[in-house]
Amino acid sequence: MSMDELFAPMKEPMILGAAISIVVGAVAIVAGLTYFKKWGWLYKNWLTTVDHKKIGVMYILVALVMLFRGGIDALLMRAQTAVPENGLLNAEHYNEIFTTHGLIMIIFMAMPFIIGLMNVVVPLQIGARDVAFPRLNALSFWLFAVGAGLLNISFIIGGSPNAGWSAYFPLASTEFSPGVGNNYYAWSLQISGLGTLMTGINFITTIMKMRAPGMKLMKMPMFTWSALITNVIITFAFPVLTVALAMMTLDRQFGTKFFAMQDGGMDMLWANLFWVWGHPEVYIVILPAFGIFSEVISTFSRKNLFGYKSMVMSMVVISLLSFMVWVHHFYTMGHGVMVNGIFSITTMLIAVPTGVKIFNWLLTMRHGKITFTTPMLWALAFVPIFTIGGVTGVMLAMASADYQYHNTLFLVAHFHYVLIPGTVFGVLAGYHFWWPKIFGFRLNEKLGKSAFWFIVVGFNVAFFPLFILGLDGYARRMYTYSADTGYGPLSMVSFIGALAMAVGFALICYNIYYSFRHSPRETTGDPWDARSLEWATQSPVPEYNFAIVPKINQLDEFWYAKKEGRDITAGKYERIHMPNNSGAPLWMSGVMFLFSLFFVFSEWTLVIVFAIATLGFMAYRSFENDEGHYIEVAEIEATERRLRGEK
Amino acid sequence: MSKVNKSLPLEYSTEENDLKIFGFWVFLGAEIILFATLFSVYFTLVDRTGSGPIGKELFELPPVLVETFALLTSSFLIGLGVHAMRLGRTKAMMVFYILTLLLGAVFLGVEINEFLTYIHDGATIQTSAFLSSLMTLLGTHGAHVTFGLLWGSSILIQVKKRGLNAKTANKAFIFSLYWHFLDVVWIFIFSFVYLKGVL
Ligand code: HEM
Ligand SMILES: [Cu+2]
Repeated sequence: MSMDELFAPMKEPMILGAAISIVVGAVAIVAGLTYFKKWGWLYKNWLTTVDHKKIGVMYILVALVMLFRGGIDALLMRAQTAVPENGLLNAEHYNEIFTTHGLIMIIFMAMPFIIGLMNVVVPLQIGARDVAFPRLNALSFWLFAVGAGLLNISFIIGGSPNAGWSAYFPLASTEFSPGVGNNYYAWSLQISGLGTLMTGINFITTIMKMRAPGMKLMKMPMFTWSALITNVIITFAFPVLTVALAMMTLDRQFGTKFFAMQDGGMDMLWANLFWVWGHPEVYIVILPAFGIFSEVISTFSRKNLFGYKSMVMSMVVISLLSFMVWVHHFYTMGHGVMVNGIFSITTMLIAVPTGVKIFNWLLTMRHGKITFTTPMLWALAFVPIFTIGGVTGVMLAMASADYQYHNTLFLVAHFHYVLIPGTVFGVLAGYHFWWPKIFGFRLNEKLGKSAFWFIVVGFNVAFFPLFILGLDGYARRMYTYSADTGYGPLSMVSFIGALAMAVGFALICYNIYYSFRHSPRETTGDPWDARSLEWATQSPVPEYNFAIVPKINQLDEFWYAKKEGRDITAGKYERIHMPNNSGAPLWMSGVMFLFSLFFVFSEWTLVIVFAIATLGFMAYRSFENDEGHYIEVAEIEATERRLRGEK
Repeated sequence: MSKVNKSLPLEYSTEENDLKIFGFWVFLGAEIILFATLFSVYFTLVDRTGSGPIGKELFELPPVLVETFALLTSSFLIGLGVHAMRLGRTKAMMVFYILTLLLGAVFLGVEINEFLTYIHDGATIQTSAFLSSLMTLLGTHGAHVTFGLLWGSSILIQVKKRGLNAKTANKAFIFSLYWHFLDVVWIFIFSFVYLKGVL
């Protein structure tokens, strides 16, 4: 590929502007780090860390950045369609934006945000010192970061994918999507997906094998339960994606005929494989949010979670059903009545366990002493809004009716009505809830609540009109429409709602700065008077988590111990073994980044060089003998005293 | 992590080792899904041969039987290797592992030769959907075997240099799980690709 083609996207003024601002931003960061001599600090404390809490924080940081990238895409789309026949974006640019918006929001925002919270919280909730494979955990993070980077540079170098986040064939084939955009799609997903699979394996092992003594499965906090089930889904769903993406790469770059229109290829095979992974993916991002809501609602209602067992059961049922509904994404693509009927029924069945959970949350709140903190507000708003999403989901699940409104804005409204309250509200609740645990001070409640109102009101203003527009026949993925369709006014309303949401997200960021400056530091470790084990540690949590690993007799042991005046973390300190930091995950991911980048451009010599380098890293790791280090008793004592605020 | 439990075999003797073996089983779960997907793709596309050859015209049983024999025997030998390891007989263990890897190399040689014959006969990965799926399935298994040869050799070097300890024993044991897994996958390929194809 020539330089001219490589930087072709820059001919577009908006992309050039974005590119320049990225370069300026990057230069500013590099200059700042150099000026304040922070490189060593950054490398030693963050880039090479294997501490699950820091890895979690990095996940959340990248997820927030991606929320902004995906959010700008969204604003641009709503701006483009705010008035009829708008010329802000052309068709091609619009295609790229809805593709990257969907991909980034689901793969590089929702999922990593959730995995980030899991990283921070799960080992603490089960009383563990770390995850089972700390270094693998770092590798997972860096592979995800590298995948996100790959997708984000695509819009400057070579061009973004533009065949939708579901990349249906034949649209995504080289015939209809020439250029490298869809190669980027395949490789950014492939690389980050590998990281996700490793996370799945790591967390299943952690939760199954590293729980504090006495913590039987049915004594685990609900968020940990949701994490366990989610990671099982990850482990079973992601290999399907791996194969599908490999086949996409082979078809696009090596001329195989999997999805081709001639020589026996079968385009529907892609649709099937994609959604066999894609529908479970929806639950990968939503079940942990359910877990978060369970923790938040029971904490701020001062009551035990209602129906613990049925909560667990319904998650298990949802996870099984999630693998049996994929065809509902393409009822209209030529199946028989029988097939559509079966998938229609399995889809509607999911509403049953979901309904069970909704009722359990409501019953938890009943007669509770509710405090309306920011996390609780997110949980409260979730219930009615998600219910609208669920009801419209059942409407879509009726195959015969779906012929009417499928691929209209009705569908777009539906999945935003489940994804935004389900996932985004969930992670925001978790973020506010666990922030003091991670950083040792609370986020400002007033700012948190104003952000909440902007986002919740903005959300409904932005998305409710889309149900009406959709039923009116406004097809999804259209970059413009004529004035006599009458779509104009409601589209403008929707744009205004999106702007309000943007204000809300900006407030969330400002809150970080404001609280860092002004919030009082927190020394109890338990600012919300909460229930599960993570609140038994100091805040911020020391490297080794628990100085003394607690013994567990019941669900919410920490809560009952508090009420009975017992200290479950009392005992005699012993020295603690911890893994050493390592630069290998970072550098290996860097090498795999270059490998993928050159693969995208079919530069085979360089591909081979970096493939060999990757294998070299694996061999190096295999031969390395790293015994970790010990934290001595004196150091533990000093740390604990300092975090308790004693001199 | 440094606590060693003497009552367990070396490969399970530390907490870390126990975690690694458990984690590897979970990983094998993911690998099963990976191959299951490849098999489903193959079954979906097996009759979609376009203008290219069909399986019956392509498959030859004798080399496939050699491959099967090599892999099955190697799987048996690595079992003996693990047994020797449990008895603490490092030398014997290494011999069994080396034989395993050699048979793996034989398998790979025959497979590469088979691929070359196909290509020579004008049946390439681009010819038809059937051949794309066949060669991807076989290729993925073959790539696993290739990776296994590199991995196994690296473990042998470590056993040679450092002797049998909790770490090396753990690695050698996990590798044996991997190798058995490849054998099982091959049995499916043998039955459902080749036998079904020629019948
Ligand atoms: C409450 C139960 C749910 C039901 C009954 C349901 C049903 C459906 C149906 C039938 C479609 C296909 C519509 C069509 O193509 O015409 C669909 C699409 C979609 N759903 Fe759901 N859904 C549910 C929950 C969720 C959740 C929880 C999420 C995300 C967190 C979600 C995200 C999506 C997405 C992203 C699409 C878009 C598919 C595309 O790009 O074509 N759904 N849903
Ligand atoms: Cu679905």
